[in-house]
Amino acid sequence: MALKKSRVEMPVQDSEARKSNFDEVALGYTEEMALEEAARCLNCKKPFCVEGCPVNVRIPEFIKLITEKKYQEAINVVKSTNSLPAVCGRVCPQEIQCESKCILGRRGEPVAIGRLERFVADWEMEHGNPEVPEIKPNGKKVAIVGAGPAGLTCAGDLARLGYEVTIFESLHEPGGVLIYGIPEFRLPKDIVRREVDYVKRLGVKIETSFIIGRTMTIEELFDKGFDAVFIGSGAGLPMFMRIPGENLNGVYSANEYLTRINLMKAYKFPEYDTPIVSGKKVAVVGAGNVAMDAVRCALRLGAEKAMIVYRRGREEMPARAEEIHHAEEEGVEFHLLTKPVRILGDEKGWVAGMECIRMELGEPDQSGRRRPVPIEGSEFVMDVDTVIMALGTSPNPILVQTTEGLDAHKWGGLITKSETGRTTKPRVWAGGDAVTGAATVILAMGAGKAAAKDIHEYLESGSADW
Amino acid sequence: MNQILRKRVLTPVTKEIVVAAPHIARKAQPGQFVILRVSQEGERIPLTIADFDRDEGTITLVYQEVGYTTRLLGKLEPHDHILDLAGPLGLPAELPDKGRVIAVGGGVGVAPLLPKCKELHRRGINLISIIGARSSDLIILEDEMRACSDELHICTDDGSRGFKGFVSDKLKQMLETELNPDEIDEVIAIGPIPMMKATCAAAKEFGVKTWVSMNPIMVDGTGMCGACRVTVGGETKFACVDGPMFDGHLVDWDEAWRRANSYREQEQIANERCRCGGDRQWL
Ligand SMILES: Cc1cc2nc3c(=O)[nH]c(=O)nc-3n(C[C@H](O)[C@H](O)[C@H](O)COP(=O)(O)OP(=O)(O)OC[C@H]3O[C@@H](n4cnc5c(N)ncnc54)[C@H](O)[C@@H]3O)c2cc1C
Ligand SMILES: Cc1cc2nc3c(=O)[nH]c(=O)nc-3n(C[C@H](O)[C@H](O)[C@H](O)COP(=O)(O)OP(=O)(O)OC[C@H]3O[C@@H](n4cnc5c(N)ncnc54)[C@H](O)[C@@H]3O)c2cc1C
Ligand code: SF4
Ligand code: SF4
Ligand code: FES
Repeated sequence: MALKKSRVEMPVQDSEARKSNFDEVALGYTEEMALEEAARCLNCKKPFCVEGCPVNVRIPEFIKLITEKKYQEAINVVKSTNSLPAVCGRVCPQEIQCESKCILGRRGEPVAIGRLERFVADWEMEHGNPEVPEIKPNGKKVAIVGAGPAGLTCAGDLARLGYEVTIFESLHEPGGVLIYGIPEFRLPKDIVRREVDYVKRLGVKIETSFIIGRTMTIEELFDKGFDAVFIGSGAGLPMFMRIPGENLNGVYSANEYLTRINLMKAYKFPEYDTPIVSGKKVAVVGAGNVAMDAVRCALRLGAEKAMIVYRRGREEMPARAEEIHHAEEEGVEFHLLTKPVRILGDEKGWVAGMECIRMELGEPDQSGRRRPVPIEGSEFVMDVDTVIMALGTSPNPILVQTTEGLDAHKWGGLITKSETGRTTKPRVWAGGDAVTGAATVILAMGAGKAAAKDIHEYLESGSADW
Repeated sequence: MNQILRKRVLTPVTKEIVVAAPHIARKAQPGQFVILRVSQEGERIPLTIADFDRDEGTITLVYQEVGYTTRLLGKLEPHDHILDLAGPLGLPAELPDKGRVIAVGGGVGVAPLLPKCKELHRRGINLISIIGARSSDLIILEDEMRACSDELHICTDDGSRGFKGFVSDKLKQMLETELNPDEIDEVIAIGPIPMMKATCAAAKEFGVKTWVSMNPIMVDGTGMCGACRVTVGGETKFACVDGPMFDGHLVDWDEAWRRANSYREQEQIANERCRCGGDRQWL
């Protein structure tokens, strides 16, 4: 069979229609499409793709099972190393991970690994009933802080090993960024809930509205009889630019904007009680995944103009390629090499414009990216009525402030040993965004897994050394 | 889920509930608050912990029915449950160990004021309290305030009881005539934004330090969203983690007022629904 250079396209909702709804944009492969795409995989003896995946999903193996129509077995292979396949298949930045290493990428397009992963995960949701393995309790208790991908993964792995696991989550719903940050149209919340339910079926208890460091400290968790604590509290603190006008009405952090929309369902106001004010001319400052999500939400809330304002160039935009592509299709405007210097208000204190300065790329900085420098005298005013700051986030200091012996870097990330996730405090592990700063779902899961393994080894060994 | 054990109607628009919340009661300090949600579709709203009983494992909330969510909460009766309740949030109030303090409470602001007054009383502080409302039937927690104050003054806007005028006017009058401002260590003022602003202005004239408890719009209450930003001394603070108590002389009041009114239109829409019995089917 002649090798197809290009991958099977994934059907998507028409870009005109989807601009005004929150339904999922990418519709997923049909069985025929999945079979056609799976047939492209060469089943390499030395599969480079696997190295590109942070949790080393056994890619050729699961793809081969798809070609044999053994979907349940295929998903079982994926799940043996990745407990959230329906999520990862949708949101992993595959183009810099698994797919970037696929051998087919040298001549044409790499195998659409993420789409195939999504296909088998969705197949299982529709047809299968995820089996709960038989678990023998081992009498030991572990507390997990935060129900994001890191915490859920760590909890799931430990529960399978027989631990009595309780997750403490500060919000009223588990899922972390998957619930409050990533919008419905990219990751339906039903999928997240199903993954959370599965973790619960493994016997994990989830206490919501429970803030470690406030409702109870880490020290008190040990007093309650927990043998170990894993911190997966994420990087939830929003940054602002510290420019004049940032506290005007109509300026949001992306976190607030997305939390109102996703967690609180403000897009369904007044059926849901939480309101949101999203204007007709919305500027989102930043160009990461968070910025793309915010700007695409703005469109769906009825913005006539939805704009990305970014101080670097197109090449430097950190968002996933697919999200940038979808945003462009939907009509998002990109104002690159542009930096806000001041937000202007009207007499009632609402946003009425944003003064920006044009930038050019200078010498490369430490990160290797060319540093944007302002072009003197190039200031101009953009006509906007809503501004959303998507400049990045850092870890919340609550845990460090309330836990003796738990140390963090100056920028907020917890200090850990990288392979095991051990923090500076005995019996306390950490992983995910709380350690790395804002990163990816799969890296957070990988960290949760590594910590679960080390927690098990540590508690089994009975050693007191740290 | 946290069960409501007792309920008192303090005024036609103000209610007090005692809620079983052992974890929160164990850690609560004067000045802290909770965030709660009443229904699956509900908003998260902050309320101050007006009192707590560690032995009984309960916290007391006092709230004024100003809009949709507080009215929904008002419909709950003993044995009902509050869907989600998170806390205690915010920093505990920094209270002095000795000296003389004036506590000023406007409207429902008396509720968050009470736990601080109780603690000041316990510490042996000489406490002068001034509480007020629009009219006499809206005065709340008078007995509780009297029990922990050395002096209690009541004000009403319409003069139906006590001093006729705002609490800030009463404070000004007292500082002018009967009290020596140098002997007052601080003023604590809690209530609606215009009332706190006016009270700060009155105290400032006499150079008295004034603490206020900011009540901006919040979402998470843990520092995650920045909805609660207030400008204090030219710096942006998050009221839920850096406050809610701040030096009132440094607060940008006009900004706070403006931000508090961000959702006026939407609040009205939600309110309309409430008048129709809060029935979502009606939509
Ligand atoms: C809008 C947005 C879009 C993104 N898009 C992508 C994408 O497309 N692909 C991708 O791979 N990554 C994406 N990311 C990044 C990814 O979501 C995160 O890297 C990942 O969720 C981190 O997982 P985590 O478990 O470490 O933390 P989180 O998901 O942040 O979860 C932490 C949880 O801990 C809770 N918590 C915090 N403090 C406490 C406490 N003291 N007590 C109790 N609970 C606490 C929080 O409420 C939260 O639920 C995106 C992020 C955002 C914000
Ligand atoms: C730290 C803190 C402590 C508070 N303590 C008390 C208290 O002890 N008793 C009491 O009666 N009230 C208290 N409030 C105010 C209370 O949170 C609001 O009255 C309540 O949220 C109104 O909601 P609603 O839906 O009934 O009214 P809405 O119609 O939605 O709003 C009425 C007013 O409440 C404010 N508001 C609306 N939503 C929020 C929100 N999510 N967060 C904060 N303010 C909001 C708005 O500025 C608006 O002017 C406190 C607020 C804060 C921030
Ligand atoms: S988990 Fe992510 S990186 Fe790994 S194979 Fe799946 S899509 Fe690729
Ligand atoms: S590198 Fe590409 S072709 Fe080879 S096994 Fe992996 S996915 Fe298949
Ligand atoms: S309420 Fe979200 S940061 Fe304060």
